[in-house]
Amino acid sequence: MENRKEEKPTYPKYAPGTHVRTSDIRDKKITYTWWEPEIQYAWSLGNAMSKFLQGLKEGKILGVHCHKCNRLIVPPRSFCEYCYGPTEDWVELKDTGTINTYSVSYLDPNANRIEEPILIGVISIDEAYPKPMGFMHYFGEMSKDEIHIGMKVKAVWKPEDEREGSINDIKYFKPLGGGE
Amino acid sequence: MTKVCVIGIGFTNFNPITPDMEWKDIMYEACQKAYVDAGVDPRRDIDSFITCAEDYWEGFSIFDEFVPDQVGALLRPCCTVCGDGIYGLGNAAMQIQTGLMDVVSIEAHSKVSDLLTYGDVVLHAMDPIYDRPVSGPVERPNYAGLPSYPEENPKPLVGSSDETDRVHPYFLAGLEMQHFLKTTGTTEEECAEVAVKNKKNAFLNPYAAYEAKISADHVMKSEYCFKPLKRMDISPNVDGAVCFVLANENIAKDLGIEPIYLEGFGWSSETPWLSTRGMEAEYARKSAEMAYKMADIVQPTKEIDLAEIDDRFTYKELQHLEALGLARKGEAKTLLKEGVTEIEGDLPINPSGGSLGVGNCLEATGLQKSLEIIMQLRGHAGKRQVPDAEVGLAQAWRGLPSGSGAVAIFRRG
Ligand SMILES: [Zn+2]
Repeated sequence: MENRKEEKPTYPKYAPGTHVRTSDIRDKKITYTWWEPEIQYAWSLGNAMSKFLQGLKEGKILGVHCHKCNRLIVPPRSFCEYCYGPTEDWVELKDTGTINTYSVSYLDPNANRIEEPILIGVISIDEAYPKPMGFMHYFGEMSKDEIHIGMKVKAVWKPEDEREGSINDIKYFKPLGGGE
Repeated sequence: MTKVCVIGIGFTNFNPITPDMEWKDIMYEACQKAYVDAGVDPRRDIDSFITCAEDYWEGFSIFDEFVPDQVGALLRPCCTVCGDGIYGLGNAAMQIQTGLMDVVSIEAHSKVSDLLTYGDVVLHAMDPIYDRPVSGPVERPNYAGLPSYPEENPKPLVGSSDETDRVHPYFLAGLEMQHFLKTTGTTEEECAEVAVKNKKNAFLNPYAAYEAKISADHVMKSEYCFKPLKRMDISPNVDGAVCFVLANENIAKDLGIEPIYLEGFGWSSETPWLSTRGMEAEYARKSAEMAYKMADIVQPTKEIDLAEIDDRFTYKELQHLEALGLARKGEAKTLLKEGVTEIEGDLPINPSGGSLGVGNCLEATGLQKSLEIIMQLRGHAGKRQVPDAEVGLAQAWRGLPSGSGAVAIFRRG
């Protein structure tokens, strides 16, 4: 081991070379071609998703049944993927649930490190079944040390005039405090 | 070799817009109808599921992942073929011929009305170094309520020239049509007659979206888009979905279904070098050769009773007719003029109305064409029924700017 320290690393003659840097690309020192597609979609939502989003706008979480499979499905869909039959009987569900799983996330979409980690995860909505049945959302009003699987949570809604028929009409889920 | 047949068909209406339906809903509708038609339960009886879709048309990366639920494939063998529906049909047939699968579902659809920037997607399919810079960005319509760049801070244009100096990527069809007219001695008026025939046929097809009673004069008076190509030479886009259930012959017999045999299929692709590749639909000739060989067809003009061939542009029907060996070079216009390709003619072409009459349904084009052949061979084509149809050919091109296409040949059992 003592000898190892004195050894000089050897490289093949062609290495280590020069790395391409972002500035080389910007300054056009290397050849490249660039294209920015301008592509836009506006998806029609159909009956089930339209009804669900309209519900969110009104501050309600709606679910729909597949009686054949004994499921109360949320987010609702027009057919059941298990039995391939149509769904029926819409109901309003309570906006409370249980954290099914979560992650404390430290990177933004561009993979930059962020100071305050974002809490994100899957909520099983209380009245929907079979478990797990629910959707993904953010968590708030709790610390990264408090959050845990099995934690009881409740939706925090945007004010009515700011809702636009989107899953983000719910701001996040907060701990379901005592007495609520 | 195992014989493969179609045991069920399902389809939606074809409509220019379908704001009341999610893309999943149209797939579900077509598949559910096909499964009922075949008398199979997808959750139990179908071994494998194939959808033909291209991510950019759909607006999803890895669209494959969004397929299983609405075709009945949850936790079952399921895959997507990125190509026209006939490519999927060939893949389904091969899965059956290996003996691994007995019953396979094949689906293709268009929900092009959800795509606000169709021209940009076509442009995005062109070579970024040589071909895109001479075309697009294309002018896009102003959609109310959707995010756009404010006037005081407009989106910078790509490349060096102004947007108005550039052309919509459909100019490629203008280039090819020019070549076709010159090399075959066909006139613009003769191409216009393709639109007249196909839009007339579409009147007899309840699911077609673009039926019209027009004359060649209407087409000739429609404005030039890419001379010699005029507005009415172009198939308008449409939404719709088609699904088939394929099975090996023994399954069809067990189910007591009178099968329509998939006798042959073939596919072929040109180089993407737009400026050096051929302009005579070599992909169609090659894919037909492969399909004829598989189906033991030696004299296509004598053995094929009717055909649905790609007519995304009027001249394409004539060009493809010749490439498929159903007309001699330069002869397609004569067949059209003499009424040979009318529903009551000797070789009816596009009795469904084709893409000019039904609409351009993107990757579902080949299945829409196959659907018509199957309905005709079953004798279920209603007022547009071709009498005594026994063998039919369906052909689709992948559309601009592709040089790829596929052929399928069906025979009544
Ligand atoms: Zn169910």
